[in-house]
Amino acid sequence: MFDSLLRILALSRKELLAILKDPRSRFSLLIPPILQCLIYGYVATYDLNDIPYAVLDQDRSAASQKLLAGLDGSKVFRRVANLNRAADIKTTINDRRALLVIQIDQDFERRLLSGQQANLQVIADGRNSNTAGTAMGYVTAIVEAFNANWRTEQGQNRSPVRLSTRAWYNPNLETRWHMIPALIGTLTLLQTLLLTGLSVAREREQGTFDQLLVTPFRPPEIMAGKALPSMLVGIVQATLVLLVAQLWFRIPFAGSFLTLYAGISLFLVASIGIGLLLSSVAATMQQAMLFSFLLIMPFSLLSGLTTPISSMPEILQYLTLINPLRYAIDIAHRVYLEGVGFRLLFPELWPLAVIGIVTLSAASWMFRHWLA
Amino acid sequence: MVLSPSALGHFSAKRLRLWSLVRKESRQVVRDPSSIALGIVLPIVLILLFGYGLSLDVTNAPVAVVLEDPSPDATDLAASFQLSPYFDAQLLTSMPRAQELMLARKVDAIVRIRPDFSRQLSLGEAEVQVLVHGTDANRARIIQTYAQGAVGQWAARRTAEGKQVLLGPVTVQNRLWFNEANESRYFLVPGLIVLIMTLIGAFLTSLVVAREWERGTMEALFVTPVRPDEILLGKTIPYFALGMIGLVLCLLAAKFLFHVPFRGSVTLLAGVSMLYLLVALAIGLLISSTVRSQFVASQIALLVTFLPAVMLSGFLFDLRSMPAVVRVITYILPARYYVTLLQTIFLAGDIWAIILPNAAVLAGMAMLFFFLTRRVTQKKLA
Repeated sequence: MFDSLLRILALSRKELLAILKDPRSRFSLLIPPILQCLIYGYVATYDLNDIPYAVLDQDRSAASQKLLAGLDGSKVFRRVANLNRAADIKTTINDRRALLVIQIDQDFERRLLSGQQANLQVIADGRNSNTAGTAMGYVTAIVEAFNANWRTEQGQNRSPVRLSTRAWYNPNLETRWHMIPALIGTLTLLQTLLLTGLSVAREREQGTFDQLLVTPFRPPEIMAGKALPSMLVGIVQATLVLLVAQLWFRIPFAGSFLTLYAGISLFLVASIGIGLLLSSVAATMQQAMLFSFLLIMPFSLLSGLTTPISSMPEILQYLTLINPLRYAIDIAHRVYLEGVGFRLLFPELWPLAVIGIVTLSAASWMFRHWLA
Repeated sequence: MVLSPSALGHFSAKRLRLWSLVRKESRQVVRDPSSIALGIVLPIVLILLFGYGLSLDVTNAPVAVVLEDPSPDATDLAASFQLSPYFDAQLLTSMPRAQELMLARKVDAIVRIRPDFSRQLSLGEAEVQVLVHGTDANRARIIQTYAQGAVGQWAARRTAEGKQVLLGPVTVQNRLWFNEANESRYFLVPGLIVLIMTLIGAFLTSLVVAREWERGTMEALFVTPVRPDEILLGKTIPYFALGMIGLVLCLLAAKFLFHVPFRGSVTLLAGVSMLYLLVALAIGLLISSTVRSQFVASQIALLVTFLPAVMLSGFLFDLRSMPAVVRVITYILPARYYVTLLQTIFLAGDIWAIILPNAAVLAGMAMLFFFLTRRVTQKKLA
C-alpha cells in the first residue's frame, strides 16, 4: 500500500517536471487562463454603453426636444444623425451608422397637450437581435422617466402603475458577475482535459508507455500518477481565476472557500476521468488534442455559460445533465454569488461524483483491456 | 547550373509535384479519424447545437406571482402574467413560499402584488414589485423587460376598456428590422459559419504543419525538388476544400433546417467566405511554421483565432460597448469583418457600402499573411 503510494508520487513528480520544465508549456498553463479571464471580463458583456442612434423628428417641438435630451443626456446614447426624410431611415440602418432610429410624428406635442396617447417609433437594426432588444429596453426606460416627469409637470400623479424592480445576488445586473465565476470551471476543464489526454498520448506516440509497463507500476497506479498532476494544475488555475475575480474585478464573494474548493475538486475528478477515457482512445497527440477539442465545444455550449439552459429544447436540457461543466458553473455561481452551503449544493455535487466514478472506472477498464 | 527545361515541361512537372502533394495531404485528412471528426463531424454537431440548442430568447421563464391582494384589479393583473407566452407563472399567495422557490432557483423572478394594490391604484399610485434572480444578468434584464411588457399590456387593455387611463402619455412602438420575429437563431447561425471556418482554417491547419516539423517529415520534404510555394499550396488546397464543405453544410442547414432568412446573393457569400478561409488558412500556416510544435501551435491558434472569433467579432457581444483598447484590437482581427459581412448578406441583403470595404480588408489580410508565411517557410533548418 505504502509502496504503491510512493510509486504514484514518483510518477506524479516526473509528470509535473515534464510539464513545468518546458518554458512554453509553463507559459501556456498560466498565461492563457489569466488572459482569457481578463478578455471575458471586459468583453463578454451584453450590457451596452455606446448606442449610436439617429432621429427623425417631424415635430420639432419643445416636448420632442425634451424627450431627445433625455436620450442624449444618458451617456449611453450617441446621436449620429438628424434625419429629414423617412427614406433616410433605411440607409442609416442598412449602413450600420446607427443601431436605432427614433421617429417622432408631427403631432407628438399636440397629442400630449390634449391628453392623448403619443407614439414614439423605435426602429432597430435586428442583425444582432439581442443587442437591439437591450437597446430598445434602454429607450423604454428613458421614455418612462420622461412620462413620469411630464405627468408631474401637468400636475398629475407620477404614474398610475409603476414597476419597481430589484435583482438578487447581482444588484446592477452585470454580465461580468455571471461570466467570471463561470470561468473557474470552463478554463480548468479545457486545460485538464488537454493535459491528461496529451500526457498519455505523448507516451504512446513516443513509445515510452511500453517502457512504463515493464516497470513495477500497475495500471491503476499509472492512471493515478497521470491524474494527480492534472488535478494540481487544475486547482492552481481555478485559484488564479478566483484571484482575478476578487482582486482585479472585485466581485464580492458570498460563500465559503471550503465549499467552493470541494465542488471544484469533484469537478476536476470528473474532468480528469473524461481526459483519461479520451486518452485511451487516442493514438497520437494530434488525435488527443482534436478529440478533447471536439468534447469541449459541446460541453461549453451546453453549460449555460453563454445561453441559458432553460431556453434550450427539452432533449438538450436532459443532455446537459451529463455535462460536468454545467454543474461546475452552477456550483461557482451558487457559492460565489449566492453564498449557499453544502446542503443546498447537494443536487449539484452528487452528479459530479457519479460522472467521476463512471469515467474513471471506464478508463481503468479500457487501460487494462488495452494492455492485455 | 540546372539545364532550363522547356516551358511546357517545367509547368507540367510543377503541376505534377503539386498534385502529388495535394493527394498525399488529402489522403492524410481522409484517413485520420480526428481530422474528419473536426472537419465534418464537429460542424454538423455545432450546426445542430446552434440551430436547435442555443437561444438567447426567453420563453416560459418560471416566475412566481405573489397575489397578496385578492381584488379583481390585482387578479386581472396576475392573469396577464399567466397569459404571457414569455412566462410560466405560478400563482402564490405568500411571499415566504416564493422566496423559498427563488432560493432553490425554481423560479427566475417573483412578481409581488401588495395587499394595498387596488386601493393605491384608485389613488393613481400603484406599484408592482419585481424581484429577479440576477445571476444570469442578461436573462434577468430580459425578464424585467417582459415584466414591464406584461404590466403595459394590462394597462393598455384597461385603458381600451375605458376603466381608467393607465398608460403613460408616450408609448414606445418598437420595430426590429431584419429580424421581425426577434429570433436569436437568425444571428447565431450565420455566426456559426465564422466559427467553423476558423476551426478548419486556422486550428486544424496549424496542427498539421506543426506535426510535419515535429516529426521531421518537413526536412524530408526539403530534400525533394518540391518548392516552398508548392508545399504551402499543397497544404492549403485540401483544407480549403474541407472548409468549403463546412460552408455548404452550414448554408444548407441555415436554409432548410432553421429557415434563416437569406436576403443577399449566394455568389457574394461564397466569395467573401473564400476570402476569409484563405486568411484563416494563412494564419494557421504562419503559426505552425513559426512555432513548429503541435501543442503550442494549437494553443496559439486557439488564442489568436478561435477565441477572438467568438468573443471579439461582434458575433455575440456588441463591439461598440467594448473598452477602447479592445475595440482597437478588433480591427486587426479578420473575424470582425467576416461577421459583419455574414450578418449583412444573410439578414439585410447586398449592401455594397458594407460589403466592399470589409471584403477589401479581408483580401488585404489574405495577401499579407500568405506573404509572411512564405517568408517563414524557407527551405532551411532552424
